[in-house]
Amino acid sequence: MTPLVQVKNVVKIYKRDKLEIPVLQNISLDVPEGEFLALMGPSGSGKTTLLNLVSGIDQPTSGSIIVAGTDIAKLNESALAKWRSRNIGFVFQFYNLMPVLTAYDNVELPLLLTNLSKKEKKERVEMVLKVVGLADRMDHYPKQLSGGQQQRVAIARAVVSDPTLIIGDEPTGDLDRKSAEEILILLERLNQEFKKTIIMVTHDPHAAERARIIHHLEKGEFK
Amino acid sequence: MKIPFKYIFRNFKNRKLTTGITVFGIALVVFVFSAVLMMAYGVQKTLIQTGSDENVLVARKSANGEISSILTQDVVDILNTLTQVAKNNEGRPVSSGETVVVINLIKKGTEGGMSNVTVRGVSDQVFTLRPHVKLTEGRMFLFGKRELIVGSSITKRFEGAQLGGKVRFAGDNWTIVGLFDTEGSGFDSEIWGDSEQLQDAFNRRGGFSTFTFRLNQKENFAELKTIFENDPRLQQFEPKIERKYFEEQSEAMAAFIRILGIFITIIFSLGSTIGAMITMYSAVANRTTEIGTFRALGFRRRSILGAFLLESLFISIIGGLIGLSLSSFLQFFKISTLNFSSFSELEFSFSLSPQIVIYTLSFALLMGLIGGFLPAVRASRMNIINALRAS
Ligand SMILES: Nc1ncnc2c1ncn2[C@@H]1O[C@H](COP(=O)(O)OP(=O)(O)OP(=O)(O)O)[C@@H](O)[C@H]1O
Ligand SMILES: [Mg+2]
Repeated sequence: MTPLVQVKNVVKIYKRDKLEIPVLQNISLDVPEGEFLALMGPSGSGKTTLLNLVSGIDQPTSGSIIVAGTDIAKLNESALAKWRSRNIGFVFQFYNLMPVLTAYDNVELPLLLTNLSKKEKKERVEMVLKVVGLADRMDHYPKQLSGGQQQRVAIARAVVSDPTLIIGDEPTGDLDRKSAEEILILLERLNQEFKKTIIMVTHDPHAAERARIIHHLEKGEFK
Repeated sequence: MKIPFKYIFRNFKNRKLTTGITVFGIALVVFVFSAVLMMAYGVQKTLIQTGSDENVLVARKSANGEISSILTQDVVDILNTLTQVAKNNEGRPVSSGETVVVINLIKKGTEGGMSNVTVRGVSDQVFTLRPHVKLTEGRMFLFGKRELIVGSSITKRFEGAQLGGKVRFAGDNWTIVGLFDTEGSGFDSEIWGDSEQLQDAFNRRGGFSTFTFRLNQKENFAELKTIFENDPRLQQFEPKIERKYFEEQSEAMAAFIRILGIFITIIFSLGSTIGAMITMYSAVANRTTEIGTFRALGFRRRSILGAFLLESLFISIIGGLIGLSLSSFLQFFKISTLNFSSFSELEFSFSLSPQIVIYTLSFALLMGLIGGFLPAVRASRMNIINALRAS
C-alpha cells in the first residue's frame, strides 16, 4: 500500500537578502495512513519547516511532496488553499482561535469553505465539540476558556472537516502537564478510534511516547 | 467572501476606542457635508416655492435679476391687453406690475448691523395672482399711501419691521400696517407696498422692474413666447413661468454654497480618511496571526481583502449614519443670509432630500473604501508563514 504522505528528496533553502539558509537537505519520509508520528529534534533543526511543507503552507525549493496522490509542490497558490481546506487540520502551539468568535463559530470556520448545508454544519460542529468534551462550552469565547480547553476547541476545528491529515506543531508546548496529558489522550483517541493520521512536532519526550513512531531531525536531516 | 460577518462586526465592536474615534471623525465630516447640501437645497426649495406654475413673469432679457430689470408704463399697458392674461370676475387682468428695490434695515441683535431687504411694489391684484400669500395680522396697505405689509421672516429679524412700526427709506417714513406669510417661500423675506408709491419715492415714475400675470390657459405659454419674439415693442423682454424664473435665480447661490462647502469638506475628509487608514492598519497589525490562521485554514487572499475592506466600510457607514442623523435635526432650523442673486436677505431652512441622503452615505462609504483599501491589500498580501510566526 502506498504511504499517505511521501516526502521525496525535499530541499528547502530560505533566502534572506543575499544570504542562503539551507534548512532541509534532501529529506525523504513516508507516512502510512493511520500513523501517529512524532517529530523531535533540537531547536532550529527544521521541524516546523517540514510541517509547513507537508501541510501546504510553504513550498519546497526542490523535491516532491505527495499527499494522498497529489503532488502539492506542483499546485499554485489558490489550488493549494483549496487543497488545505480539504486535507489538512491544523493544531497550533498557541491554539490560534479567533478571539471574537465563540467556540462554536471557531470550530465552524473550516466548514464555511465547504458546500455542506446549514444543518449538516451544525451537526458536525456539535458532534466534534462533543468528542473533545466541550459541548457545554460552545457559546464561550476563547478568553473564557483555559489553555487546555482552547486547544481542545482547536482540535475540534482541526477535525471538523474530516481532513486527510492532522498537523500539530508543539500542540502541548504551551500547556501545563495535566492539560497536555488531556490533549495527548485526545490525539491518541483520534488516531486509534477515528483512524486519523497525525504528524506532531514536540520537544517533550513524554508526549512523543504517545505516538506510534518517533523520528528525529537534526540539522535538516533524519538521524 | 467566506469570512463570517460576525468576525467583522465583533472586531468593530471590540475596538471601542479606536473605532469610536474614527466613526466620530467620519460622522463630523459627513455632518458638514450633508449640512452644506441641505443648505443649498434649502435655498432652492425656498425660491422654487416662491413662484407659481400658473404665472408668467416678464423681465428685461439683459437683466440677471429683478432689481436690474426695467419695464416702462407703456410696456406694462401692452402686456395688460394680451389675450393670454387671465381676467378676474370683474373683467380686469390678474396681473401685477412690480417695482423691486433693495433697502437697508438694522438686523435685530446685531447692534446696528445692517442688511439688505427686498421691497416689492405690487398692484391690487396681487392676492389673486399669488393666493399662497396670506395676511396674518393687521390689514392690507392702502394704495396711494406710504404704507407697507411685511413678510414673516423680515418682521422676525429686523428692527422696526413689526406691526405698527415705521421704517425709513427714500427720504420718508413708511408705516407697517400688516404682516403676511407664505409658509416658507422667498416672499416671507420681502416687504410689500404700493408699486406707484415706491416709484414716486425713488424718483422713477413709470419705471417698473417686472410684470407678473396669471396665464389664462397653461397651454398658451408657447403662443405667448411667439408674440414676444414677433412684436418689436416686446423683443427686449422675455416671459418665463414664474416658478422657473425664481428657480433659476436660486441656482447661482445654491451652486456657490455647494462648491464652497464641498471644497471644505473634501479637505476635512482627507483627515478622516487618513484616520480610517490608521485604524485599519493597526487592525491588520494586531490581527496578523488571525490572518495567517485564516489563510492556513484555506481562506483565500480575496476573502481577507474583503473582510478588512468591509470592516472599514462598516466603520464609515456607521459614521455616515450618525453624521446624517445629526444633520437631519438641522431641518428644524431656519437661517437668513444675503442671497447674492437678489442682493438681499433670504430666509430658508435646511432641507433634506433622498438624493442628499444617497450622496452623503456614498461620500462616507468612499472615505471608508479609500481609507481601508491599502490596509486590506496589506492584509491580503501577507505571507502565511510570516503571519503565523508573528505570535
Ligand atoms: N521564514 C524564514 N526565513 C528565514 N529563515 C527561516 C525562516 N523560517 C525558518 N527559518 C530558519 O530555518 C531554520 C529551521 O527553522 P524551524 O522553525 O523549522 O525550526 P524548528 O525545528 O521548528 O525549531 P523550534 O524547535 O525552535 O521550533 C532556523 O534556523 C530558522 O531560523
Ligand atoms: Mg518549530
